[in-house]
Amino acid sequence: MNLMAPPLITGTSVRPGDRNFRLFTTGAGVAVLAVLAAIAAFLVWKSIPALQNNTGNIFTNEQWLPDADPPQWGIAVLIFGTIWTSVIAMTLAVPVGIGTALYITFYAPRRIARTLGFIVDLLAAVPSIIFGLWGLYYFMPEIVPTAQWLSTYLGWLPIFSNDLDLYTKSILIAGFVLAMMILPTVSAISREVFWQVPKGHIEASLALGATRWEMIRMAVLPFSKPGMISAAMLGLGRALGETIAVALILSAVFEINWQITEPGGNSIAANIALKWGEAADNGRSALIATGMVLFFITLVVNMTARWVVNRRRDFSGAN
Amino acid sequence: MVVGVAVGLLVQLTGVTFVGLAPVVMAVIVFLITYTGWTLAVEGRRHATDRFATALIYSAATLALVPLIWILVTVVVQGITVLSPQFLFVDTMRNVNPRAAGGGVAHAVVGTIQQVGIATLISVPIGLLTAIYLSEYGRGRLARSINFFVDVMTGIPSIVAGMFIYTFWILTLGFPQSGLAAGLALTILMVPVVVRSAEEMLRIVPSELREGALALGIPKYRVIMKVVLPTAISGIITGVMLAIARVTGETAPLLLTTFLAQDINWNAFSDSQASLPTFIWDQIARGTQSSLDRAWAGALTLILIVLVFYATARILAARYAPKER
Repeated sequence: MNLMAPPLITGTSVRPGDRNFRLFTTGAGVAVLAVLAAIAAFLVWKSIPALQNNTGNIFTNEQWLPDADPPQWGIAVLIFGTIWTSVIAMTLAVPVGIGTALYITFYAPRRIARTLGFIVDLLAAVPSIIFGLWGLYYFMPEIVPTAQWLSTYLGWLPIFSNDLDLYTKSILIAGFVLAMMILPTVSAISREVFWQVPKGHIEASLALGATRWEMIRMAVLPFSKPGMISAAMLGLGRALGETIAVALILSAVFEINWQITEPGGNSIAANIALKWGEAADNGRSALIATGMVLFFITLVVNMTARWVVNRRRDFSGAN
Repeated sequence: MVVGVAVGLLVQLTGVTFVGLAPVVMAVIVFLITYTGWTLAVEGRRHATDRFATALIYSAATLALVPLIWILVTVVVQGITVLSPQFLFVDTMRNVNPRAAGGGVAHAVVGTIQQVGIATLISVPIGLLTAIYLSEYGRGRLARSINFFVDVMTGIPSIVAGMFIYTFWILTLGFPQSGLAAGLALTILMVPVVVRSAEEMLRIVPSELREGALALGIPKYRVIMKVVLPTAISGIITGVMLAIARVTGETAPLLLTTFLAQDINWNAFSDSQASLPTFIWDQIARGTQSSLDRAWAGALTLILIVLVFYATARILAARYAPKER
């Protein structure tokens, strides 16, 4: 294994201090990789017992009875809920996040831009338990009329229809709160991408008489498209794994329900937080199995997004 | 143009004071239609599109401000009623009936300080060494993959980190639930943040400093320790503070690794230990009015700690940043 790449500036001879220090730092780097590998390995290992004695089909069973005799559980409901809440959050957060990033990079005066960037980033520092508490007691009452309006006038669309005439603790509300939580991620990465647009393209299009929007549409957006996609995906990665706010807001019904204004919904992470305390050994093993699925989903989403961002970064060395 | 934007902002501001969402949305839609129609008639299609897009982008930026302000105001207004020095530093939840007022977060403050302290003590050395490797030594495939996976690790769901420590530390190695286990879970979330920010700071240390010191015949590791690190130290501290702010508010990993406690546990190495986020979680679950009051006061305490770390770090960063783009 060739760990020793040639140093930047070669000394006359390798001193023992140099060699040890270098090994030390390399070791820390390798340890980080090892932890990531260990996470995957331990989650797989500890989920095996529940996977083996599960009498239901893991992909199609719509129950959660891992501690029953015989154990019977499946992850279809959880995966559906996780993805569905995240999709709602993305449709809300991506336009606003990209709009905010465009405003900060191309519209705002320098001072306002910096302050606004700071405030949006500050949103990322608000703990998720506080999003949950606020969402449950202050945001939900405000959004219920909107949900009623949606189901009254757009109820002919299946996703807005509401058979229960109850509008609290719904996927829509969780989606709104998740959207606020991923907004800083989407906005910060988009901003970074917009900065990388070559100044020449921007100035050339303005010099040719384009309006500001035409400049954005023709010079900025085509260049930034891959970056914006990965900004959205990094936001998605965060939304998929968000636990506490979702656990507090959703009413955690264990069924697949497309109707976003009705109480219900569930997610892998929220289910773990809610069921962990009461679960026995096999129940915990089953929860670990769902956590493993969540880990691999977010891993794939994040890796794809990072891959796209990094590729783009290599291209635009000019800025 | 200026008049149009002013009208837009005015309409939006008056809308926001209604607080309800519907009037705001209505006001914005009405404004967008009239504004675009007006410019379409006066200036033509291209400019109307431009004005329309501008108005949308301004609306998005305004909308982005709403959640933070709304949350901060709510937490302060709700939390301030119960918050007192007694609540913060003296009282715990031992023998406090959920329905009764009183009680405090002293046990949770102790737990949060210990757990975050443990996470900081472990992740700063590992994170810093990794950052040094990446910026000073790393070339080739190993460095590229560490670089890549550190980025990927920043996106690991926090509950997965807690779950890993549960399977590894508690199930496999047989250690008890403890504040230490919680600290280890937080470490996993903290290391990538420290690495990323420290590496960025090390990279902007001018290479003339390194070359000058090396030309004087100083060994490379001493150049790093005595020249590069001191130059970057303010930025590195900023990064560490941001990382602390990030993990202090984490709830999910703590629920799996140390769970809840109602009294002060000074020993982070055994038994459950409370923390501010799990305190709030517990009080919400009890569902009485006085426990909810306590939850809000706990939330105010938590958000103050997090925001003080975050804001100090950002202000320091802005002050010492070598160049602004």
